[in-house]
Amino acid sequence: MEDLSFRHTARHRAAGSKNMAIIGVVASGNLEVLVERILPDGECVIEIKTAAEGFSDVWTAVVADFVDRHAAGGLKFSINDGGARPDTVSLRLAQAVRLMQEDEQ
Amino acid sequence: MNAPDMQATDEGMPVSWYEATARTRVRLLLDAGSFREFVGPEMREVSPHLQIFDLPEQFDDGIVVGHGSLGGSRVFVAAQEGRFMGGAFGEVHGAKLIGLIRAARDIGTIPVLILFDTGGVRLQEANAGELAIAEIMRAVMEARTAGVKVIGLIGGRAGCYGGGGLIAGCCSALAVSEQGRIAVSGPEVIETNRGVEEFDSRDRAFVWRTMGGKHRRLLGGAEAFTDDTVSDFRAIAIGLLASTPSFGIDTLKAEQSRLMERIQQFGSLSDAVDIWTALGVPDADSIPAMPADQFISLANTLRRASHDAR
Amino acid sequence: MTNWQQSRAARDSRIEAGAKVARGKIVDAADATRLLEAVLRPGDRVCLEGDNQKQADLLSAALLAVDVAKVHDLHMVQSGVVLPDHLDLYDRGVAKKLDYAYSGPQSSRIATMLFGGKIELGAVHTYLELFARYFIDLTPNVALIAAVSADRDGNLYTGPNTEDTPTVVEATAFKDGIVIAQVNEIVDKVPRVDIPGDRVNFVVQSDKPFFVEPLFTRDPASITETQILTAMLAIKGIYAPYGVKRLNHGIGFSTAAIELLLPTYGEKLGLKGKIASHFALNPHPALIPAIESGWVEQIHSFGSEVGMENYIRARSDVYFTGADGSLRSNRALCQVAGLYACDMFIGSTLQIDLQGNSSTVTTSRIAGFGGAPNMGSDPRGRRHPSDPWLQAGKEADPQGSPLLRRGRKLVVQIGETFGDKNVPLFVDKLDALVLAEKLKLDLAPVMIYGDDVTHIVTEEGIANLLLCRDAAEREQAIRGVAGYTEVGRGRDVKAVQHLRERGVIRRPEDLGIDPLDADRSMLAARSIKDLVHWSGGLYAPPSQFRNW
Repeated sequence: MEDLSFRHTARHRAAGSKNMAIIGVVASGNLEVLVERILPDGECVIEIKTAAEGFSDVWTAVVADFVDRHAAGGLKFSINDGGARPDTVSLRLAQAVRLMQEDEQ
Repeated sequence: MNAPDMQATDEGMPVSWYEATARTRVRLLLDAGSFREFVGPEMREVSPHLQIFDLPEQFDDGIVVGHGSLGGSRVFVAAQEGRFMGGAFGEVHGAKLIGLIRAARDIGTIPVLILFDTGGVRLQEANAGELAIAEIMRAVMEARTAGVKVIGLIGGRAGCYGGGGLIAGCCSALAVSEQGRIAVSGPEVIETNRGVEEFDSRDRAFVWRTMGGKHRRLLGGAEAFTDDTVSDFRAIAIGLLASTPSFGIDTLKAEQSRLMERIQQFGSLSDAVDIWTALGVPDADSIPAMPADQFISLANTLRRASHDAR
Repeated sequence: MTNWQQSRAARDSRIEAGAKVARGKIVDAADATRLLEAVLRPGDRVCLEGDNQKQADLLSAALLAVDVAKVHDLHMVQSGVVLPDHLDLYDRGVAKKLDYAYSGPQSSRIATMLFGGKIELGAVHTYLELFARYFIDLTPNVALIAAVSADRDGNLYTGPNTEDTPTVVEATAFKDGIVIAQVNEIVDKVPRVDIPGDRVNFVVQSDKPFFVEPLFTRDPASITETQILTAMLAIKGIYAPYGVKRLNHGIGFSTAAIELLLPTYGEKLGLKGKIASHFALNPHPALIPAIESGWVEQIHSFGSEVGMENYIRARSDVYFTGADGSLRSNRALCQVAGLYACDMFIGSTLQIDLQGNSSTVTTSRIAGFGGAPNMGSDPRGRRHPSDPWLQAGKEADPQGSPLLRRGRKLVVQIGETFGDKNVPLFVDKLDALVLAEKLKLDLAPVMIYGDDVTHIVTEEGIANLLLCRDAAEREQAIRGVAGYTEVGRGRDVKAVQHLRERGVIRRPEDLGIDPLDADRSMLAARSIKDLVHWSGGLYAPPSQFRNW
C-alpha cells in the first residue's frame, strides 16, 4: 500500500451545502471517495491510500487536472483505492463533487 | 448524518438490486431521506487487520448500519457491500452488525432488516470473524425472543454463504431473488473436498438449482421470492414485516419437524429438479427460465410459507 | 512425353490406398489414423480445420497418432491454431512447417515454439490472405474438415458453423487434393447440401460432436462505465455525423457497449434507420436488443455463435439461412463483404504507437492476425461511392480534385487508455517490433497500420486522424486522447489545444456528452438473462454465462 497526499489552492468554493458524501466501493479496479466540507474555501486536500504502488506521477497529474476543472474549494477528499485506472479516479472525484453540490435534504 | 451516494437513476427506471451498491440499496429501500447511519464512513472505523496484509480498507468496513423508516414504520437496517472483500465478515464489520441487533434486542419494538451479501468470514480476520458470526447468531435469537422480527434480504453478487448462511438460518424470515444463493459451503469448496462428480462448481445452472433463490423458495429455505428490483425487495420487506409471526418455543419445535419432514421427503433425491417434481411442479425443467412473476404465483400455489416454522 | 496429369494420378492412388480402410466413403473412427497413414505422404501440405470456431478435433487427434515413419514433416496450412493437438504435431515431428492466420488460445505456446525453432514458420496471414493463397501457392494436398452430418454419398451439411469449409474444399477438391470430413452423424438425407458429395472422398463419423466454442459472447454485466462512455462518443461522434449504415464490429466490450446502446442512447439521438443497419458480423448476442428494436436490416456472418441457433432460425429476415432454416455462414465471403461492402470497421487492440500503428502481439504471445487487418484497412480497389466513404475521403484530402479524390473507409480504434491489469494502450514502441527483431522477421506483425486508421476513440475523446496534416499532428492527436498514460502525459499541451480548436480532437464536452451520464442503466441489457429476455427465450446461452 502507498499513501499519497496533495494540497491544492482552489479557485472557487465547491457549490452546495452538503457536508459529506461518499461514492464508490473498494474493489479491484475501483475506489471509494469520501468527501468532507471541512477546509477553508480556497483549499482542497486529496489523501490517497492505494493498493497500486509506484504511480504517484499519474496521481499527481490526475489530481492537478481535477482541481483545475472542478470548483472543489473547501473539500477534503479521502480515497481508498483498489488499483483503479486514472479515468475511473477522475470519474469518482467528479461524482463526489456533484454529490456535494446537492443541497442538504 | 446522511451519507448519500449516486449509483442509480431513480427516474422511474427499475433499479437492479444485484447491480446496486449497499448504500444504494439502503437509500432506495427505505422511505426517501429517512436513513440515518450509525458509525458512518466519516468516523473511519476501518479494519485494524488489513494493513498487515497490505490490503486496502473501506471506511465503513463493508457494512452500512443505521435506522430509517419503511412504509412509515421505524426499522433498523444493515447492508453488506458484496464487492468489498466479497462482503466478508471482519472484526469491525461483524461488530457493527452485533451492535445493531443488540440495540434492537434492548429496544424491543423496532424490527431489523439484514441485506445479506457475503461469502462468509474474511480469511485475514478469521478468528474475529468467526466470533462475530457466533455473537450475531446469539444476538438474533435474543432479539427474536424479545419480540423483534429479523428479516433477511438476499440477492447480491456474493450471495449468502458461510457464516452469513448460518445467520440467515436464524432469521424470522428470508426473501431471495433469482440471483441470490444461500448455503454454507460454497461450490468451489464442495468440489475441492468432494470431487467434481459430486459438485461441478463450473456448472452454473447446477449451482443455481442447488443453492439459488428459486430452489430455496420451493424447498422452504426462504419464505418469499422476489424479482431483482429494489422496489420489489421493498414491497416484499414490508409484506414480511407484516405477515411474519412472533417467535417462541413452539416455533422452534415446528421448525424441527419441518426439517425432519423435509429430509424424509426429499433426502433420497439427487437433483433439485427431482425435488421440484416431487413437490408437484408440472414441468420442473422450466423453473430456471421461468420469469419472476410466473414463478412467484407457481410457488405460492404449491407451498405457502409455513408460518408456524422458523 | 511430358505427363501433365501427374497430380491426378497421385490423387487416384491415394484414394485407392484409403479405400482399403473404408466402406464406400465411410470410415470408422477407430480407423481414422490408418486412413491418414494411407492417404498422406511426407511433406504434404495439409489443411486441418483449424477454423476460428469449429475444430476438426477427431481428425487432429488421429493425425497426431500417425506412425511418424510413414507421415512426417507435413506443411500445415490452417486458419486457426487452436487446440493443443495442433502444436503437439510439431513436437512429435508429424508436422514441420506452418502457415496460419490466428492462434488466440495457443498464443503463448506458439511463441515459445517459434522462438525455440520447433516450428518452421511460413508466414502469419489474415484469413482472406490465407484463403487466397490456397488457390495460388498454398493449395492443400489433403483437407481435414469438420461437418455436422453427411449422407452415404458424402454430401455434407456444415450448418451454422460453415465458416471456412467451402473455401477449403474448393481449393483442395479442384486441384487434385483429397478431402476427408469428420461428421457428428451419418444420415439418410442431409438437411441441406453445403458441400456436394463429389468433392468429398472420405467421411469419418465421430462419437462426439466437433469442438466449437463461444467466442463472440460478451456478458453485459462486465461492461464498465468507461466502455459506455467510449461507446457514446463513437455513436454521437462518428456513427451519426458520417451516417454509417454498413459496418463491421471487431469483438470486444467497447463494441458490445455500442450494440447495447443503440436501442437507448441511439434512439434518444433519433438515429434509428440512419446508422448501423447492415452488418458483416458474427451472431453477437449483444446485438439482440438492437435487432428486436428494429435497427438491423441484414447481417452476414463469418461463422456462428453457440447458443444463438434458435434465435437465428426465428429471425431469417435478418440473418442468412438455408432452406432448412439454419444459419449459413461463410468466412471468406464475409471477409470480402467487410472489406468492400462496409463503410466502417471499429474494434479494439492491445497497443497503439505514436503513428497509430496497432498490434495485439506481445513479446510472449503471438496471436496472429485473424480478420482484423482485412476489416481494418482501406480497400483501394473499391469503386462504388457512399456518403461516409466520400466524406472521409474529403477530410483526408481537402485540397484534392473531387472527381479524382479517393474515398476512405472509416477504420476506428476504440478502447480505454489503460487496459486489463492497468497496462497502457498507448506505447512509444510496439512489442511487435521487439518481437520482429528477436525472431528476425521481415515485417513487424502490425494488426492495423496507422495510415489506415481514421479515428481513435478513448474515454478522453476522439482523435480524427483524417484531419491531421502531417506526422507531427498525428502524433499530438494520438497523445491528446492517450489520457494519463506516459504517452498522454508527454503531450505538447499547446499543440493539443490547437488540434481541439480545429476539431481534430473532440472531448466529450465538445460533443455534449457528460461523462457522469455514462451509466450502466443506459445499456438496453445489463445481463445475459436480459438478452435471453429480449430474445423471447430463443437465445440459449452456454453454461458458463448463466447465473440462474
